Amino acid sequence: MRKRFRGTASYITSRDLEVAVDASVTLKRPLLVKGEPGTGKTMLAFEIAAALGMPLIQWHIKSTTRAQQGLYEYDAVSRLRDGQLGDPRVHDIANYIVRGKLWDAFEAPEPVVLLIDEVDKADIEFPNDLLLELDRMEFFVYETRQTVTARHRPVVIITSNNEKELPDAFLRRCFFHYIRFPDPETMDRIVASHLPDIRKDLAREALKLFYEIRDVPGLKKKPATSELIDWLKLLMADEIPITALRSNDPKVVIPPLHGALLKNEQDVHLFERLAFLHRRGQA
Amino acid sequence: MFAGFIAQLRASGVPASLTEYLTLLRAMKQGCAEYSVESFYFLARAALVKDERLIDRFDRVFAHFFRGLGSVDAEVMAELPEEWLKKLAERLLTPEEMAAVEALGGWDKLMETLRQRLAEQKERHQGGSKWIGTAGTSPFGAYGYNPEGIRIGQGDSRNRSAVKVWDKREFRDLDGEVELGTRGMKLALRRLRRFAREGQPDELDMSGTIRATAHNAGVLDLKMQAERRNKVKVLLLLDIGGSMDDHVTACEQLFSAARAEFKHLETFHFHNCPYERLWRTNRRRSLNETPTFEILRTYGADWRLVFVGDATMSPYEITQPGGSIEHWNEEAGQTWVERLTGHFERAVWINPRPEGRWEHVHSLQILRRLMEGRMYPLSLDGLDNAMRELAR
Repeated sequence: MRKRFRGTASYITSRDLEVAVDASVTLKRPLLVKGEPGTGKTMLAFEIAAALGMPLIQWHIKSTTRAQQGLYEYDAVSRLRDGQLGDPRVHDIANYIVRGKLWDAFEAPEPVVLLIDEVDKADIEFPNDLLLELDRMEFFVYETRQTVTARHRPVVIITSNNEKELPDAFLRRCFFHYIRFPDPETMDRIVASHLPDIRKDLAREALKLFYEIRDVPGLKKKPATSELIDWLKLLMADEIPITALRSNDPKVVIPPLHGALLKNEQDVHLFERLAFLHRRGQA
Repeated sequence: MFAGFIAQLRASGVPASLTEYLTLLRAMKQGCAEYSVESFYFLARAALVKDERLIDRFDRVFAHFFRGLGSVDAEVMAELPEEWLKKLAERLLTPEEMAAVEALGGWDKLMETLRQRLAEQKERHQGGSKWIGTAGTSPFGAYGYNPEGIRIGQGDSRNRSAVKVWDKREFRDLDGEVELGTRGMKLALRRLRRFAREGQPDELDMSGTIRATAHNAGVLDLKMQAERRNKVKVLLLLDIGGSMDDHVTACEQLFSAARAEFKHLETFHFHNCPYERLWRTNRRRSLNETPTFEILRTYGADWRLVFVGDATMSPYEITQPGGSIEHWNEEAGQTWVERLTGHFERAVWINPRPEGRWEHVHSLQILRRLMEGRMYPLSLDGLDNAMRELAR
């Protein structure tokens, strides 16, 4: 009986996410995870690794990362230096092949989870360069004439922030899941799992205000789960009175928000203008 | 087994391929779907849809295929609560904007237009869609009242309690019917790449090192060189005139694609036609205006000049001194356009207005002549041609 991925105490999942992870683990195909920043895309890989009891190998992508770096690199400079110094290691080129994360994942003695984080940060051609490697889970090392094949196909989790669109050929090889922003009930559970000792009334008022802020149209950066948790911690630490959150006066409500939830001036102005007009209308 | 389903998906614009279909079948064979409809829905979605903007369309096809929807008509219109819409708009518009709405025929007119648009939408969707206010119809912004766009159908007017998960259509806000996508644009902009080594030498120059080492009788002599960088420089001048409001999304996409692609990118704004001053940002114009002469002095002739504008205005705004609609300009816009294109060796004009509607606009023809024909539509093809022209 194979292990199934279910949420953990600190990570609340939805049914669709579980099915997507299951399919990806069973067929050993990459799972592409997208979603708003702060909805737990990277955390997912950690949780899968923990739930399935597999080690996690992380490959964080930067704008300068090339696909080849994930496979291996040939350190010509070290070899040249060793040649000058007469080091006997120089006769074997394999001593100068530096393994990348993909190689580590392929050669691992047990199945592993491989996280390719923020794949959209790299050059627009980056995913295309990994097609064959992720499909067949093998690659060829020219310097040593050796083919590296995965002993166990790793569970590959790829996250993307939608900064660049990914090529179709790449997408066809993945399962896809879009992490939606949690609805208030799910959010309640998430808050409870992170901050078990928060006061119920504070959490309720704060969540109400939080979703009101997210509903303001035209915000440059909508606050997400991780920001909500930070903000709640701040509220608890500063012992902000609940009345401050209920107030209709922007001068009272904005300061506890600023910095944690609203991250730029324009958003603060927009919020002042719209949210309070609306609140006054209701009162 | 579900070949018909795949065909319907493809017909509705979800590009599901044979590979993905086989993947789905294989996953089902392995028992991933657990023989429940909901799991099957989730599994099919994960295997066949790779873009959150398409999930809503997937949901519609799924509902249609696996239940056979009856068409729902007339009375559905009543489902769109007018009061609710009105409230939404009132909440979002400033008093001045409200006054502008009144001036243009008031709420009834606005509602009528809206209803008309919804009707059109219904006809386009085959079988009459049950769901109003998706995709194309939603942004109020098309009317120009609110450039941010108001989404109709975000608030919840239907009773959801008895609805299946795909019927909830929670992804409808993400559907982007006509979006070009920035990937295509970026690939087009790539044509402009010009690589050159500039800056700090911090990369090993392999062939230089081998040569120097050989000269040195085999004793290692490391040579370094600067990293290869894209050194093309682009000066982007964007029209922010009122008639450009319709093209805001396309221009924003172009701008974000350009910003990701070019390291040296400078942006200025103009209103309808460039005159003696340009603005860095649209806000607080008086604070950050830059004399056009200063721009001509600052940026060398090797910068590529790209105008983005619909070139739709009164011809006087181009040909006559004092023709500008917002200030008195000593020299005609024509003179300024000629100065700019004269200074920069390579210049193009990218026009978001569809090419088919160009010939009826007099001002557009004048500018096209001033640009010596180098005006291209803001489509992937047009962009491709424009970049080819700039790269020559």
